[in-house]
Amino acid sequence: MVIMIPFVLGIYYSMTDWNGVSSVINWVGLENFKGMFSQPQFIYSFLITLEYTAINIVSVNIVGFILSLLVTSRIKLRNVYRAGFFVPNLIGGIVLGYVWQFLFSNILIDVTDILGIIGGQRSLIARADTVIWAMSFVNTWQYAGYIMMIYVASIQSVPDSIMEAASVDGATYVKRVFKILIPMMASAFTITLFLTLTTSFKQFDLNYALTGGAPATRFMGKAIRSSQLMAMDIYATANANRMAEGQAKAVVFFILLVIFALLQIYLNKRKEVEA
Amino acid sequence: MIAGQKVAGQKNRHIGTYVLEICTLLLFLLFMMPFFIVLINASKTSGEIVLNPIALPTDFTLLFQNVKTIMELPTTDYIGAFFDSCIITALSLLVISLFSSMAAWVLVRNKKKWSTVVFMIFVSAMVIPFQVVMYPLVKWFKVLGDTIGIRMLGSYQGIVFAYLGFGCSMSIFILHGFIKSVPLELEEAATIDGCSQSRTFFTIVLPLLQPPFITVLILNGIWIWNDFLLPLLVLGTTGAVQTIPLAVMNFVGSYVKQWDLILTSTLLAMLPIIILFIFAQRYIIKGMVEGSIK
Repeated sequence: MVIMIPFVLGIYYSMTDWNGVSSVINWVGLENFKGMFSQPQFIYSFLITLEYTAINIVSVNIVGFILSLLVTSRIKLRNVYRAGFFVPNLIGGIVLGYVWQFLFSNILIDVTDILGIIGGQRSLIARADTVIWAMSFVNTWQYAGYIMMIYVASIQSVPDSIMEAASVDGATYVKRVFKILIPMMASAFTITLFLTLTTSFKQFDLNYALTGGAPATRFMGKAIRSSQLMAMDIYATANANRMAEGQAKAVVFFILLVIFALLQIYLNKRKEVEA
Repeated sequence: MIAGQKVAGQKNRHIGTYVLEICTLLLFLLFMMPFFIVLINASKTSGEIVLNPIALPTDFTLLFQNVKTIMELPTTDYIGAFFDSCIITALSLLVISLFSSMAAWVLVRNKKKWSTVVFMIFVSAMVIPFQVVMYPLVKWFKVLGDTIGIRMLGSYQGIVFAYLGFGCSMSIFILHGFIKSVPLELEEAATIDGCSQSRTFFTIVLPLLQPPFITVLILNGIWIWNDFLLPLLVLGTTGAVQTIPLAVMNFVGSYVKQWDLILTSTLLAMLPIIILFIFAQRYIIKGMVEGSIK
């Protein structure tokens, strides 16, 4: 009800000239979709969303996996660590976005000053070439703990006897992890990759609070915002009273998300069968 | 010689464990660093932060002063936002769990074709990103509010209704999977003993649903508490009803670069959920992991 009616309405509005102000809504067909693909901002948003998602899929999963190995090893206080790594995940993107804005623009500049690193004079989120990396870093910090928990649950379901047998047979730790643990955890990877893919692709809160789309840069000869991910681009377009255009972007956004998610699940499921 | 190798191996393992422990500790400190920095900077004056943001504060009582300043500000009603957040989260959770458990039960026990169709609609609704429906939703709420005479925008009932819609599909999905494993014989026995359908549900089925309920409550609760975009659109930034994320955003908007107050406000926003986590850690972790695996 709350989703389906607006969804159908949304597809209809994407083919009109709805602007949120005038009460007359005219049918324009696929006009909005055509305009979108020649818009530098939209193309750039799409590209950086892909970049952001790709970075996150790799970094969140690697960090999460390493953390899960650490907290399932025999170290002391592992339950405290486990909880600690998980905490950032409980706090909303808006609040964290502001906190990290402070960290990037005040603390990090000071730290790089002391360490004498050149180029640390400008905040990482104020440079068009680093801003996506900075956002991915924050997202990794926030999300790795959650992914870690899923891996932990999966590692604990792998019987100890298999790992011990391999160890007796002389397999090194690295070999055991890569040849036994990871294949046994294939179904967990399907879940974690799906989660990181969809959440990064839909990222909005953090983007909004951390950078707000800034700084500006040039792309295809036009000034655009260099950290405006797709979800935020939709919001910004619609907020500029170009509702129908934003809605058309949202429909494209939805189709892309479904395509990527299905592709990922298909590839992962094939791996699962092999393993 | 073999014995010697073994001893050396054990020693190596010990060193390895220590290295591992130190690495984990360092990582842990790195993860906690942002919270620590927020805490120390929330206890400084604005001038101190600009001069030296990484130094320890000279006077920790400043934190309470900053908190007091925020509480007494006329522009943002922090306490109000906190209670609004509580009310919205609690009401939404109540409505979601009641509605979705009943719906899931009916959908499992009803073997007709339409119940599969309805279930598939709910599942497919889970895939649709919020951005696709947000503006039509606001428009639809406006029209709906005008027609039935109940305000949907900027009110509790509106946002709770929206959360019911967005939360119930996942909840129904989780509960649906669980109810399938509840033996039908229990309900049949109750029916034979003369139990009405609604009583069967409330006295027999509902108590059995405790484990998935924890998952549903935690996943939805954390999401609703932290959600930003839906309250922004449905409640608006200037409405009478505000949630904590909205209050923080408003606050940052009106006190640009007043980092002492901004950080104190983020600290206040984080505090309730961290306290909750400390007490209900086991349930929260279990709930969130199980919810994802489903």
